[in-house]
Amino acid sequence: MQEIINIFVKSIFIDNMVFAFFLGMCSYLAVSKTVKTSMGLGIAVCFVLLITVPVNYLINEYLLKEGALTWISPAFAEVDLSFLSFILFIAVIAAIVQLVEMFIEKFSPSLYSQLGIFLPLIAVNCAIMGASLFMQQREYANIGEVFSFSLGSGIGWLLAIIGLAAIRERIRYSQIPKPLKGLGITFIITGLMAIAFMSFIGIKL
Amino acid sequence: MANMLKLIKNPLSKENPIAVQVLGICSALAVTTQLKPAVVMALSVTVVVVLSNVVVSLLRNTIPSRIRIIVQLVIVSLMVILVDQFLKAFVYDVSKQLSVFVGLIITNCIVMGRLEAFALANKPLPSLLDGIGNGLGYAVILIILGFIRELFGQGSLWGYKIMPESFFEAGYVNNGLMTMPAMALILVGIIIWVHRSRNEDLCEK
Repeated sequence: MQEIINIFVKSIFIDNMVFAFFLGMCSYLAVSKTVKTSMGLGIAVCFVLLITVPVNYLINEYLLKEGALTWISPAFAEVDLSFLSFILFIAVIAAIVQLVEMFIEKFSPSLYSQLGIFLPLIAVNCAIMGASLFMQQREYANIGEVFSFSLGSGIGWLLAIIGLAAIRERIRYSQIPKPLKGLGITFIITGLMAIAFMSFIGIKL
Repeated sequence: MANMLKLIKNPLSKENPIAVQVLGICSALAVTTQLKPAVVMALSVTVVVVLSNVVVSLLRNTIPSRIRIIVQLVIVSLMVILVDQFLKAFVYDVSKQLSVFVGLIITNCIVMGRLEAFALANKPLPSLLDGIGNGLGYAVILIILGFIRELFGQGSLWGYKIMPESFFEAGYVNNGLMTMPAMALILVGIIIWVHRSRNEDLCEK
């Protein structure tokens, strides 16, 4: 149990998707103009992460890993399909994003219209794919840890994008050197936020 | 002919994928703590962009537009699997250093962005050149970042010591912040600043 909480806190603050690994940077920069839209995107990313990473964990555990196929027959003990993981992971992500989109459209049209174009774009958000690949690389012990990792990363990403959007709303009328306006200053703000998040390094529960 | 040259030349500066189009930031920042992985990554991305640009361009009349994202993802992930296996076989240490970021080329916005914006509407030869141009434009930024970060962060280049011992005796210290994620973001901000102050027309209003 303690390990699960530890992973959760660690993936929000220390291994933050944006500040430590730069994942999901493209939509992070493009959609952070107002707090409201960035909130919508952040929640959608959280939601998709929470579903895709555990599904990919099961696929990795029972299909791809070396010796994963032993549940079919002991003869497959030496089969290692991990070279297929990229294509399978991305297929799972694309399929689940499509499902989530249809599901939300059916059951909550208001949320659907709020998220709008962001939902289909999540399929090519590197934060989602990155989380699946990190899950594979870090070899989490059980599905509970995977759930806490995916929820933590999602919340970390949500925090980061809301923080940036709030700052960008505040500086809209500031005097910024002309060539720095827009993209340039956004990078520098993100850098400063990353320095702030560095102070969490070393925290352990 | 002049048009063809433009396809290669434009992405190097005026339409640089990172500094102007804001595509593929994630990997650009994460792999540039040293020069060597930065160069390997730049080459891998170039290869993937070129190959998938050509393949998609060849198939552009047969891909139904409703499922084009999935088709593109499959093509790109095939190319990335090839590159990943190649790196694992020939430069294993760098491939370990790049960790998940080779897999993340699939969701690299440069690849998808060029496929959507260019390859789907153009013949194979221009697509090939467009791929080379954008790959090189990406490489330029990666090499600048890798150079600055390794030189000032670790005092070496390509793994060889560059800063003379006498500097350290005189009180010079490596800037540890350079190897941190935060500084990569600020450096990109500065590159954009310099780039835009030299090309006034790129500034945001």
